[in-house]
Amino acid sequence: MVVASPFQNNTEEVKILDLHNLTLHEIRDMIRSGEVSAKDVLQSVYGRIDAVDDKVDAYIALTRDKAYEAAEAIDKRLAGGEALGDVAGIPMALKDNISTNGIKTTCASKMLENYTPAFDAHVYEKLKEAGAILIGKTNLDEFAMGSSTENSAFKTTKNPWNLDRVSGGSSGGSAAAVAAGEAFFALGSDTGGSIRQPASLCGIVGFKPTYGAVSRYGLVAFGSSFDQIGPFTKDVEDCAIVLNHLYGYDKNDSTSLAVEHGDFKEALNKEIKGMKIGLPKEYFGEGIAPEVKKLVMDGVKVMESLGAHVEETSLPYSEYALPVYYIASSAEASSNLARFDGVRYGYRAKDYEDLNDLYIKSRSEAFGDEVKLRIMLGTYTLSSGYYDAYYNKALKARRLIKQDFEKAFEKYDILISPTSPTTAFKIGERSDDQLAMYMSDICTVPVNIAGIPAISIPCGFSGGLPVGMQIMGKALGEASIIKAAHAFQRNTDFLGKRPTL
Amino acid sequence: MNYETIIGLEIHAELSTKSKAFCSCKNEFGAEVNTNCCPVCMGYPGALPVMNKKVVEYAVKAGLALDCQISLYSKTDRKNYFYPDLPKAYQISQYDIPLCKNGKIQVQVDGENKSIGITRIHIEEDAGKLIHGTEVEDYSLVDFNRSGVPLIEIVSEPDMRSPVEARLYLEKLKGILEYLEISDCKMQEGSLRCDANISIRPAGQKEFGIKTEIKNMNSMKALQKALEYEEERHKKVLSEGGTIVQETRRWDEAKGITVSMRTKEQAHDYRYFPEPDLVPIVLEEKWIDEIRKALPELPDDKRRRFVEEYGIPDYDASVLTLTKELSDFFEACAKGHKNPKAISNWVMGEILRIMKEKELDFKDLKIKPEDLRKLVDLIESGVLSSTGAKQVFEEMFRTGREPEALVEQLGLKQISDEDVIVELVKKVLSENQKSVEDYKNGKSNALGFLVGQCMKASKGKGNPQLINKILKDLLA
Repeated sequence: MVVASPFQNNTEEVKILDLHNLTLHEIRDMIRSGEVSAKDVLQSVYGRIDAVDDKVDAYIALTRDKAYEAAEAIDKRLAGGEALGDVAGIPMALKDNISTNGIKTTCASKMLENYTPAFDAHVYEKLKEAGAILIGKTNLDEFAMGSSTENSAFKTTKNPWNLDRVSGGSSGGSAAAVAAGEAFFALGSDTGGSIRQPASLCGIVGFKPTYGAVSRYGLVAFGSSFDQIGPFTKDVEDCAIVLNHLYGYDKNDSTSLAVEHGDFKEALNKEIKGMKIGLPKEYFGEGIAPEVKKLVMDGVKVMESLGAHVEETSLPYSEYALPVYYIASSAEASSNLARFDGVRYGYRAKDYEDLNDLYIKSRSEAFGDEVKLRIMLGTYTLSSGYYDAYYNKALKARRLIKQDFEKAFEKYDILISPTSPTTAFKIGERSDDQLAMYMSDICTVPVNIAGIPAISIPCGFSGGLPVGMQIMGKALGEASIIKAAHAFQRNTDFLGKRPTL
Repeated sequence: MNYETIIGLEIHAELSTKSKAFCSCKNEFGAEVNTNCCPVCMGYPGALPVMNKKVVEYAVKAGLALDCQISLYSKTDRKNYFYPDLPKAYQISQYDIPLCKNGKIQVQVDGENKSIGITRIHIEEDAGKLIHGTEVEDYSLVDFNRSGVPLIEIVSEPDMRSPVEARLYLEKLKGILEYLEISDCKMQEGSLRCDANISIRPAGQKEFGIKTEIKNMNSMKALQKALEYEEERHKKVLSEGGTIVQETRRWDEAKGITVSMRTKEQAHDYRYFPEPDLVPIVLEEKWIDEIRKALPELPDDKRRRFVEEYGIPDYDASVLTLTKELSDFFEACAKGHKNPKAISNWVMGEILRIMKEKELDFKDLKIKPEDLRKLVDLIESGVLSSTGAKQVFEEMFRTGREPEALVEQLGLKQISDEDVIVELVKKVLSENQKSVEDYKNGKSNALGFLVGQCMKASKGKGNPQLINKILKDLLA
């Protein structure tokens, strides 16, 4: 383990205020050994939030009272000698598009500013049952549409490594919270890169599971056939731990896969000698910053030095990934977001003439520009006369992109690419340049199109900003990804670095 | 000019599954508003649908009964439109790959069998219900109890040639769905709904004319009336040199007319696309076979069986098998009875008349099958006259009591004791010598008078057949 615990030399000097630098599994061990209580950990994390979140702006809302209640309950159970799981007593954050019963779930939209769900998302229910403690809901691009959190109706989350820069998106709040020590892990959702890209920009681990591996029940839908919930963690071991708690069949999500997942921790501490790694050349070409490319290739060399076989390969249809993604995900979004009509819940315009006027005014006033743009794009591509030219063609191309990956995984265990073509860009830099913003997802989008799993793990720093490496696996090939990522982590020290705030 | 009328129907039938199509909420009519709903059927963000297997099973049943091909692979699609009773702003339906297709149904038109094609049957969900305020209190409320209730839409080919045929088709279809016990089929409650497409063309012309769609017919009668009105309207427009506007029209029951709702240009673009929250519906032949084997006897089979087993005319059998309840009632009465035709006459006559008159369902009928059998027996054994029987029947209908007790109570028991009748006839003959003379002189209508006098003397209780017989004997 490269990450050094500040306490290993002198445990008596544990300072609750410094706990925030530790990983989930380190905190777990300390709670189990009785060194600290769940309440101590919670205090430490809220202390950190109070100290830095006015700079980072990771959170939309905090759930302090409920969190302390939950922490005390965990401490009682521990005092009673109960053996609890890995996440018991661990403070976590949820992206604010994951439904929490009795706690506002805003999707960073004026539309749902005052919307309180009456039910929990499946993943939250599972984590709560395992004893994880919700500390707050994190910022995002409105309805998860964006790559910088600048589309949030409430605030822009800053990059903890450089407050003038974006945290990435759409799950920027969750990424920044974990990177800044404001949570030990967080959940995000990934439709086209919304976990991996901010993880990359914030220098932490972000994982997008196989489509169907994690229940979407309670996740406010954006692109239903792309959306997956996944974790942000400080290292690969933590990632494996959280995945263990997220995976599994859910009868309430018809797209949920009825497959047994093993213990992902078993993929840790394994050798990668003989592992076959493909480098899809399309992911290293135009648009990828030279420094990013270099650091990812350095990472690949580390893998090679550990005995992996690396060779260049090709995913020719990935070229069409962005248009396919923007057509298909926007089409689904236009339908998914139609329910926000001002009738039953959410924002309703004050003055309206009739029903149609109520719809138009409520939606015009409450949705932000990016959301409107995607709704219009999606509505257009589904319209009669255009369906075949756009939506149907996108579906066909989607199959081809998927087949590309299937073919590649006949040969390779994993594929490696950059996660984001650049490091974190300046706030405002791409706000007026739609295409530049969309290019942020060029390496991550194909993964969602194919429904396969992928991780982003830090592989270096450029100009003081983290660079992420994406490791992709075949459908349900999570174990190979974790094995490779953990081997990489054990032999590098990028994950041990913490931003100064 | 002679015109030919072309009609096709789109039927929506609510399936009577225990729970809704995509959530576990109860599927029941008439519950207190907004008590049978949950995040799924209210379209809350993050809630997801799960297909109720029974819905597929019921729809497959309908498909098999209507001679359809069942798709081993089909899928659901979203039909997108805004309306306050549609909480997701899309309806989960089936677009290009319906569950069942290419079926047919046999209808008796003027004693002839006619086959009407079924284009497709697909699964979809119902919307909620709007409750509007008054003009003074201007508001609208939504009841989501019906939201997510499963429906099948049954689309016919444009095979019907008159409003009467359309009605016969709908009656037959309703009967089949009831036999299958997959829908309540109540047009008044909206569990069976019907939209009609109609066009006319000059006799002999191949191309179809321009069609209009009519909605809002809440009864069989309304369907026929609306189509008759629309048929005439088309003829009038064309004969005056005009052209029909392709549009959707609403039947106004009170005024007896159709009025324009929207034209083709105003029609919705529903932007159908595959429902990403549900997986495709993939069926196994074996499962379909099991459903096929478990299908109940259907109207046409039952009709043939009634003719064979009970020796009743085909016409009787076709009327008696129109609905399952009616056929079950008839069979409960007729099984093992020596005179099924007499039973058929009572069921088709008095029973159907009174039920139509009082707008009753069979479940509300108080007359028990065994009591109707007894009533027929009482007539046949001469205990009850046919006029008396009608009186007893009315009381049976009103009270549900058995006929023997009612005969006693109403004092309708016929005098069938020969000795008593002989005495009575002798007395009448002695008091009416003139008529006796007339009869003997060949005035046959004198017999009628004498029968009447005997009946009067018996205070109406004498068995007329017996009186007749004894009169003739004594006068011989």
